[in-house]
Amino acid sequence: MSESIAIRLQERSPALPSSVFLDIEGRHHPENGTLLGFWLYLLSDLMIFACLFAVYGVLGRNYAAGPSGADLFDLKLIAVNTAILLVSSITYGFAMIAMQKRNKKGLIGWLVATGILGLGFLAIELYEFQHLIHLGAGPQRSAFLSSFFALVGTHGLHVLFGVVWLAVLCVQVHRHGLTRANVRRVACLSMFWHFLDVVWIGVFSFVYLMGTLP
Amino acid sequence: MSPDSLDIQHSPIFGRMTWDAVPMLHDPIVMATFVGTMIAGIGMFAVITKYRLWGYLWKEWFTSIDHKKIGIMYMVLGLVMLLRGFADALMMRLQQAMAFGDNLGYLPPHHYDQIFTAHGVIMIFFVAMPLVTGLMNYLVPLQIGARDVAFPFLNNFSFWMTASGAGLVMLSLFFGEFAATGWLAYPPLSGAAFSPWVGVDYYIWALQIAGVGTLLSGVNLLVTIIKMRAPGMGLMRMPVFTWTALCTNVLIVVSFPVLTAVLAFLTLDRYAGTNFFTSDLGGNAMMYVNLIWIWGHPEVYILILPLFGVFSEIVSTYSGKRLFGYSSMVYATVCITVLSYLVWLHHFFTMGSGASVNSFFGITTMIISIPTGAKIFNWLFTMYRGRIRFEVPMLWTMGFMVTFVVGGMTGVLLAVPPADFVLHNSLFLVAHFHNVIIGGVVFGLFAAMTHWFPKAFGFRLDDFWGKVSFWFWLAGYWFAFTPLYVLGLMGVTRRMSHFDDPSLQIWFQIAAFGAVLVAIGIAAFLFCIYISFRRREQLRDVTGDPWNGRTLEWSTSSPPPDYNFAFTPVVHDNDAWWDMKQRGFQRVQSGFLPVHMPKNTPAGVVLAALSTALGFAMIWHVWWLASASLVAIVVYAIYHSFDYDRDYHIPAERIAATEHARSERLEASHV
Repeated sequence: MSESIAIRLQERSPALPSSVFLDIEGRHHPENGTLLGFWLYLLSDLMIFACLFAVYGVLGRNYAAGPSGADLFDLKLIAVNTAILLVSSITYGFAMIAMQKRNKKGLIGWLVATGILGLGFLAIELYEFQHLIHLGAGPQRSAFLSSFFALVGTHGLHVLFGVVWLAVLCVQVHRHGLTRANVRRVACLSMFWHFLDVVWIGVFSFVYLMGTLP
Repeated sequence: MSPDSLDIQHSPIFGRMTWDAVPMLHDPIVMATFVGTMIAGIGMFAVITKYRLWGYLWKEWFTSIDHKKIGIMYMVLGLVMLLRGFADALMMRLQQAMAFGDNLGYLPPHHYDQIFTAHGVIMIFFVAMPLVTGLMNYLVPLQIGARDVAFPFLNNFSFWMTASGAGLVMLSLFFGEFAATGWLAYPPLSGAAFSPWVGVDYYIWALQIAGVGTLLSGVNLLVTIIKMRAPGMGLMRMPVFTWTALCTNVLIVVSFPVLTAVLAFLTLDRYAGTNFFTSDLGGNAMMYVNLIWIWGHPEVYILILPLFGVFSEIVSTYSGKRLFGYSSMVYATVCITVLSYLVWLHHFFTMGSGASVNSFFGITTMIISIPTGAKIFNWLFTMYRGRIRFEVPMLWTMGFMVTFVVGGMTGVLLAVPPADFVLHNSLFLVAHFHNVIIGGVVFGLFAAMTHWFPKAFGFRLDDFWGKVSFWFWLAGYWFAFTPLYVLGLMGVTRRMSHFDDPSLQIWFQIAAFGAVLVAIGIAAFLFCIYISFRRREQLRDVTGDPWNGRTLEWSTSSPPPDYNFAFTPVVHDNDAWWDMKQRGFQRVQSGFLPVHMPKNTPAGVVLAALSTALGFAMIWHVWWLASASLVAIVVYAIYHSFDYDRDYHIPAERIAATEHARSERLEASHV
């Protein structure tokens, strides 16, 4: 084997100071990658929603002689729900501002407000689902309804996950204060929450508004 | 056990589980396998208990967040599953070599269908993926001069999720059945109407659970590569393997969610009675085929790209030259990454998309051969006028170059839609993808294992047995798959358990002979590890740089200490370690600083175990257990998030002691 080649070269060339090749003073600290990692997670989640939208795009008019979006959707109710979710994004924005001002109480207060709005959104969505199923327009009725329930339901599950996360985070901020780890977590949840809003705008436009067109 | 003969019952406590679900009660083959597995399992259990290794394994391996140990665990998982997947291959070769005319062979069709499904699923998801992921896990942080990955806990969790999926597939052998649908489980065959029992459910849950692990490990390695490179290592100074790992992980992050989604739709169809892919009420089965190949085509590049990186490292190391055309290699890799998203429809030209759509996808497919060809030329030009050392990794690399080029050419042939209409679903296709996956991925993995083995374990692998393994694999591959090319051109379709035309039999017998040669190749590799372990003192690598390497992993000891590098390297050139050697780098032996490291945690094992329980409960429709494990997962994850104390410092004295011991070893061996 050639284990000695390196050593021979070392003998030949004049030695450079080790600091050329090594960080001997320990100055290099890799950046924290959590926020980038979370962006990448959101990208992957967006791919799931892309599939849900694509499937809705393909199947969304396959009514199988059953009800269509125009028959089923109550646009006023959905508009109210959309407004609730959008306002919850604003309240999360206020939570972030409170955090930047190192205002722990304000942060928790705004997070709680966001969580309540999230729960309100879920309640209305569950009411809508229950109403549809009651009408005989459940997810088994047609491919249109399968894809509708899958898309809207997946978004709803994400909101539910966000609300649980919010609750846990409130406890953690309350207990440990605005530590670096907690600030990072609040920032990640902020991205998640706004992400859900953006996806919902897509749902509202493509599923509800366009779905009620003839 | 045929699902038709089975009256599916459901009890609130046991779900669909009954004694009838244990196939070994009816099937002597499964019975023998079960007995063999149990004996091996009990034997291993006894040995571990006898030498009191449980505590060591738990503390030093299972709960470890060290990327090197996790990488090695991935490799072990992949090799173990290779034995299972290859046993399936041997059974198929034997069946097809004998089942002609009146002879029905030894496998009933329903059993045969499960075997070819399990073979494909295991080889892709639980052999190739763990081996590739393990390799990236082990090498990437070392190559970029980092001390661990960006999210060490997630890394451990990812591994255990992959292992959990593999466990469910293994369980299906002894309890219930596996899918009999082919490795991609196309509906409507995989729907509840035609596959009513648990086989497809095993398939779904094993892949979903392992898929979580794969996705998270993709995010993890991406952030690691982007954020944690040593100072001075710009993107265009990264080792080529790290570049290919970067591209592969981009593909993982953007394609695995598609698999998750499409399997979720199939799950809803099977469990909730929805109509995504059913044949009635507006469902569309071809949408499944589109979606799954939107994941599936990038997947084959996820597998091959890191091995292209491996071949690049090996060719330049053993030719003693800088890689020819580094930047063209990088651009070619990135081109392939993008193009891999634009070709999925070539898997189903015969679906009837029309001439224009087929032409588009045929052309994009052919275009991929251009950057791939560029890579082949880069490797050839690296070898040209190099001082080539024919070590075992180099043999695998040259075997790859010859074999893979043939596979690439048959691929371009299949990319021509009219030709594909003839060859679709034939053994020609089977020969083609084994040609590129064995010739590319598998040869690359063996090259990589031989090349980096001394880095991981501190001693080289035995030359002779490595060569035996290589030559048997190479010859075995050609004997096993050339006949399938011939048969495919004659129009023989895949997935048949019986044939009528006796003139075909000789080809299948030749193929079976090839499979036996490959079996010897695998055995020789395992024996090579064993004999090298026995002779480890003669094969010891004290320098940390046994091959006169070029990249940073060779600058530290073999095996590397848990902190990888006592001081973070500063990079001035690609081939950073080569540059350091050229310019007279001297090890620094004093002035060590404490190193900040993550702590081990059992959370990954616990969460994956609970996920296995969830998957098992869903497969068998045991609703109470499914709900309980889901709640347990959420509660435990929240509990884990309250643990803020996740890191510690290795004191400078310990680092000084470790480095001092290395200096003494170096001195003792006079290097």
